[in-house]
Amino acid sequence: MAHSARRDSPKLPDFSLLKRLAKDQLVYLLEQLPGKKDLFIEADLMSPLDRIANVSTLKQHEVDKLYKVEYKPIVSTSDQLCFLIRPRIKTVKWICDVANADKAAGRFRRYKIIFTPQKFYACESVLEEQGLFGDVTTDEWSFYLLPLDDDIISMELPEFFRDNFLAGDQRWVRTAGSTLHLLHSIYGPFSKIYGIGRCSKMVYESWREQVEEEETKARQAEIGNVFLIDRDVDFVTPLCSQVVYEGLVDDIFKIKCGCVGFGTDATSDKNVKVMLNSQDKVFNEIRNEHFSNVFGFLSQKARNLQTAYDKRRGMDIKQMKTFVSEELKGLKQEHRLLSLHISASETIMKKKTKQDFQEMLKTEHSLLEGFEIRECISFIEEHIIRLVSMIESLRLLCLLSITENGLLPKDYRSLKALFLQSYGVEHLLTFANLKQLGLLVEQQPGETLTAMESKVGKLVNDKTAGKLTDAFSSLAKKSNFRALSRKLNLVPKSDEEYNLRVPRDMAYIFSGAYIPLSCKLIEQVLERGGWTGLEEVTRLLNGHEFSVTGNNGADLRANNDAPRIVVVMFLGGCTFSEISALRFLGKEKGYKFIVVTTAITNSSRLLEALLENHMRPVNT
Amino acid sequence: MSFITANWNPLGDAFYRKTELYDMCWNLRDSGLRDSLVAAAHYGGPIALLREPQRRSPSSRPQLEIYLASGISITSFPWKSGPVVHIGWTVTDELLCVQEDGSVLIYNLFGSFKRHFSMGQEVVQSQVLEAKVFHSPYGTGVAIVTGSSRFTLATNIDDLKLRRLPEVPGLHGKPSSWLVLTQDRQTKVILSNGPEMFVLDNTSCTPVCPPGLSPQYGSVVHMCVSFSYKYLSLFTDTGHLWTGSSNLQDKLSIVDTKKKTTPNQMVWCCRPQSQQLSVVLMWDRLLLVAGICGDTIQFPVDDPCVLVGELDGVRIINSTNQDLLQEVPLVCQDIFKIASMAPGALLLEAHREYEKSSQKADEYLREIKEQSMLGEAVRQCVEAAAHEYDANTQKSLLRAASFGKCFLVDFSPDQFVTMCRELRVLNTVRDGAVGLPLTHTQFKQLTLQVLIDRLVYRQFYPLAIEICRYLKIPDYQGVSRVLKHWASCKVQQKDLSDEAIARAVCVKVGDAPGVSYSDIAAKAYECGRTELAIKLLDFEARSGEQVPLLLKMKRSQLALSKAVESGDTDLVYTVVTYLKNELNRGDFFMMLRNQPVAQSLYRQFCKLQEQETLKDLYNQDDDHQELANYYITASYREKRLETRLSVLQKAVDEFNKAKNEFAAKATEEEMRLLRFQRKLDDEKGAGLLGLSLQETMEVLLSLGLHKHTEQLYRDFRLPDKRYWWLKLKSMAEKHEWEELEKFSKSKKSPIGYLAFVDVCMKSNNKSEARKYVSKVTPEQKVRAHMVIGDLEGAADAAIERRNDSEMGAVLSRCSTADCLLIDRLNRARVSASKK
Repeated sequence: MAHSARRDSPKLPDFSLLKRLAKDQLVYLLEQLPGKKDLFIEADLMSPLDRIANVSTLKQHEVDKLYKVEYKPIVSTSDQLCFLIRPRIKTVKWICDVANADKAAGRFRRYKIIFTPQKFYACESVLEEQGLFGDVTTDEWSFYLLPLDDDIISMELPEFFRDNFLAGDQRWVRTAGSTLHLLHSIYGPFSKIYGIGRCSKMVYESWREQVEEEETKARQAEIGNVFLIDRDVDFVTPLCSQVVYEGLVDDIFKIKCGCVGFGTDATSDKNVKVMLNSQDKVFNEIRNEHFSNVFGFLSQKARNLQTAYDKRRGMDIKQMKTFVSEELKGLKQEHRLLSLHISASETIMKKKTKQDFQEMLKTEHSLLEGFEIRECISFIEEHIIRLVSMIESLRLLCLLSITENGLLPKDYRSLKALFLQSYGVEHLLTFANLKQLGLLVEQQPGETLTAMESKVGKLVNDKTAGKLTDAFSSLAKKSNFRALSRKLNLVPKSDEEYNLRVPRDMAYIFSGAYIPLSCKLIEQVLERGGWTGLEEVTRLLNGHEFSVTGNNGADLRANNDAPRIVVVMFLGGCTFSEISALRFLGKEKGYKFIVVTTAITNSSRLLEALLENHMRPVNT
Repeated sequence: MSFITANWNPLGDAFYRKTELYDMCWNLRDSGLRDSLVAAAHYGGPIALLREPQRRSPSSRPQLEIYLASGISITSFPWKSGPVVHIGWTVTDELLCVQEDGSVLIYNLFGSFKRHFSMGQEVVQSQVLEAKVFHSPYGTGVAIVTGSSRFTLATNIDDLKLRRLPEVPGLHGKPSSWLVLTQDRQTKVILSNGPEMFVLDNTSCTPVCPPGLSPQYGSVVHMCVSFSYKYLSLFTDTGHLWTGSSNLQDKLSIVDTKKKTTPNQMVWCCRPQSQQLSVVLMWDRLLLVAGICGDTIQFPVDDPCVLVGELDGVRIINSTNQDLLQEVPLVCQDIFKIASMAPGALLLEAHREYEKSSQKADEYLREIKEQSMLGEAVRQCVEAAAHEYDANTQKSLLRAASFGKCFLVDFSPDQFVTMCRELRVLNTVRDGAVGLPLTHTQFKQLTLQVLIDRLVYRQFYPLAIEICRYLKIPDYQGVSRVLKHWASCKVQQKDLSDEAIARAVCVKVGDAPGVSYSDIAAKAYECGRTELAIKLLDFEARSGEQVPLLLKMKRSQLALSKAVESGDTDLVYTVVTYLKNELNRGDFFMMLRNQPVAQSLYRQFCKLQEQETLKDLYNQDDDHQELANYYITASYREKRLETRLSVLQKAVDEFNKAKNEFAAKATEEEMRLLRFQRKLDDEKGAGLLGLSLQETMEVLLSLGLHKHTEQLYRDFRLPDKRYWWLKLKSMAEKHEWEELEKFSKSKKSPIGYLAFVDVCMKSNNKSEARKYVSKVTPEQKVRAHMVIGDLEGAADAAIERRNDSEMGAVLSRCSTADCLLIDRLNRARVSASKK
């Protein structure tokens, strides 16, 4: 950040403990199957696993060969097979196929499935159905949390979003509850818990239940506040183009599990994997910067580096020796990182300074401000017709719908028709999904919802009706973005020049055009110590807000820092831009935010999760 | 206090004492303990009597009576089952009655029948001659010897595994004496048959000869093993008592009792850290304590009695009273032995003088302090109090300890305080009404947890709760546990209404931590009180706990909604799977319909496992929209075009029913497109099937099939914009510049002319691009010029339009070489801003 941090910024708890715990447990589980064994790892667990235990650790515990789960017959020669997987029916079915194939071939092996972070009854029932319940043993690796950085912890569960918000499948709620419980038992007790959203509330309740089941001991709290937020409370933020460095890198190169491959165009040598976190000194200074500042910063850095190198001149032998032994390595390292980020920035520049991107940003900003909507619609039309990018088109459509509280019936139809002609009729299903989530809807004339409610109310008793209404309201959710934006002042007045070098508020992450709703809510609630005064806002957000003062065994001699440490748990994913905004907010207000998320997301991940185009015709 | 030693009898270098525990409250009439099978449980447990077990006629049956250790009757009922050979108590105070036919009946403390098991089919024929109940680390076991002289044993009746031991050579009928002992985690039988002795284990029968027991001593007729299975004693027909280790490796002693008759009962009497082990032998008129040193103590007996071996002594029960015979603990000897100079004894004396207000108190104290033994003295007094049964003696010892404590600094009071509390509890439970004559040593061995369990088992709920509170046991292990048992017992009271019981339970239990209402409800259901169970379940806070029981009670609807409330999807899933098998389809779907959470879970499951069911589910709900979506998905699974079209037609129908005209139309168009694609694929082999409309047209254009493109354009009423884009792109890609120009002039472009510039530039054809710049609308002029890299033109246009931001945009593209241009633009900007 360009400006200096508040000096008394609190210290973050040490989250490396989480990694150690996970590692110890994994080792224990591996040792439960003594002897040499082959380990099959689900593809999306490979990177997280790598952060916990590397290959040599696995080998130490008698893992012979490592395979990726590929849903094909296996070639292993080992007598013991261990599967490290997410609790998904598809994978368990595949394992059953493997075991049954062995049986048919008269081959005897031992099979063990390690589910992470937990097992589901549905998975075990597949084993039962296939008559393999005894032959295949199961275990749980309660690896809930992966610290990606000092202040980012991820559950690495991207499917949380689709399962919970689209399919209405609440299986992960308990997982999230356990996650919170884990944090609570190590870093708690929490003194304040706030939240908004249906899922947040359920997660909170699940956590409470787990806390009540055990005896409490007074401990020194390291985390004072917790804020739970559902992704569907704010869809606008993740749908906007990211323009802060870290977000841009994610949009363009796709950061996976804190690691990025910059591709051949960004780095001279072959595709290198780079860890992006606060350990990378150069990255740490530019990650939260608006992209327009990054180049200036990098070139300043390069000049400094040159000066440091130049010190060599005129040194005597002894000085030179110290220089080589002490400074040179650091400088070399910095040099390497610097050149990496400079070339990454060049790639970004190439892509993002094109006219198209500028116009897209302009359209986005117009949508956020609610100006020149017709122009925006024709921009989107052209975008669809020209097949610029399917995901981007969907993104703009959704932004249009949310900011305008639904599309006019005529536009809704014509835009959809254009899209289907461009990308195929299977996207009827994608549209159905988007509609269900309230991301792309038609403006409703009148209040049909209440009519439906009263009809349903007559059919079933009150309690169920209440639940149904709940379900419906989430179905036909209105975004009310415009009203919210006015209430919370989300869109700064556009006539003033916004200085991106010295930002004055969180809007800087979107070039001064929009303050992320999610972060604004957090700011407001922390400031007020609850939801009082925000009644209108919560009504517009369909309620489900809560704020609870925890008093379970809180040690009164609490760590002075704890009340200023805030865990923000995003259920359904959060973006790097939001993290940057929270870091900014933390510096302004003297908080330290720790972001716990089900997964890091961005607009394309969010929308790809809602696509239904996975079944292209077989014969093409 | 000289009288304390009055009942002490020296045995070797130790003392033995007999303390009275109770005047027995029972009234055994004339026969007393004669003609009865008697079983008294260890640790001051209950006493069972089966009177006149040999009676067989239906008119006069044996009577089974159960008493507390103090003789208070708990229950009594006529024995209606078969003839009983042996009775004994399990470690959990349940009564085992071994019948002649080998079946074992289990009763609880209150005489209600629990269950039974058999010691093997062959026993029915051969009959049980003798049986023994024994305790091992695995629990309670039963051993029998049958008429065919075979031994069968079960080491744990709760995990019944019968083991038939190998045959004993030369044994006919029952052996002269035998017993079961547990060694090195193995259960063995030792037996004597005439002059021979054998050890029987699982696989072999080994003849043994105890060291030092030469044939001249005669043959063994009676034997017993100590409480801890460490020592064995053998009584021979010549009246000699051999004692040694139970593994028959070492001899302790051989004592001549000078009694030739076989004793009625023989029991080891020892305690932890015994100085002088002894064996108690009982004949009709004599009780003999034989120490291994060779000394004996004799007590006359005038009434038949029963000996019960305990951890630290022997209880002697007869028809009128109950005594505890034990070796006097060393610490008590030190304090009470006449003229003892042990620090504890001096402290006791000092305190006694102090109470008499005599200055001698000081002298005694000084004496102890000079030896710096005061701490030791206090400890001795406290410890001795533990071993005294008489409350007054306990008090005087504790007072002395408390007195001594005053003269000590930095002395931890914990031991003293704990002892006071524990003794208070022990004195309470020793009371005749409770009837648990536990010594402190036994109490420590038994643990407080078990003591509370025993109180609960005897239904002394208020006392148990008092004790928990008094000893400040955490609720989880204490009060809550008692309440749980109380409630489980309460729900079985048949004379109370469901309502009353539910209310009573709720009032008492409240929200005590760790009490699970579902457990209580399960108990109620077990007793056949379903309504009560449901009432109780309502108090259960954790809905997850309610579900399994509700399912068991067939309240599936309630179970489902509770499962949903719990937020635990595994639970919901369990119920759903259960219901799926239990209900018919219609009812099942109906039930899901009212539970959106369960329904979406089931849908997820069906999507992965049973696609067909999904269809039925939507059908049942008349959910046409989802049904249509289902068909759309399904259509992609069809390989043949005809079936695919027919599935799509179904989708169209459903969309229509769902009043989703847009989707219906889109699907219809898709069908039309598919037919078109097939036709063209057949004719030209274009490979179109499955492409989107746009993709199809792109392919058509690239193949030069303009007519067909036109046809699609008209048939699908494509927007002009799309058509123009398509044409434009295709022509530029094929470098058909003349065609392009013609096309641009065919009519006014619906997509403007900047697009023309763009596509030309994409093919790097600047000169073609230039042709269209002039046609571009004024707003896009600057941009068009910039696209072709004509900065000057862009600058002109911008200046003409006096547009500041456009001028800025041009400026930003200027390099230092264009200083003239920069100059011009800057001037224009200044003049523009002035106006």
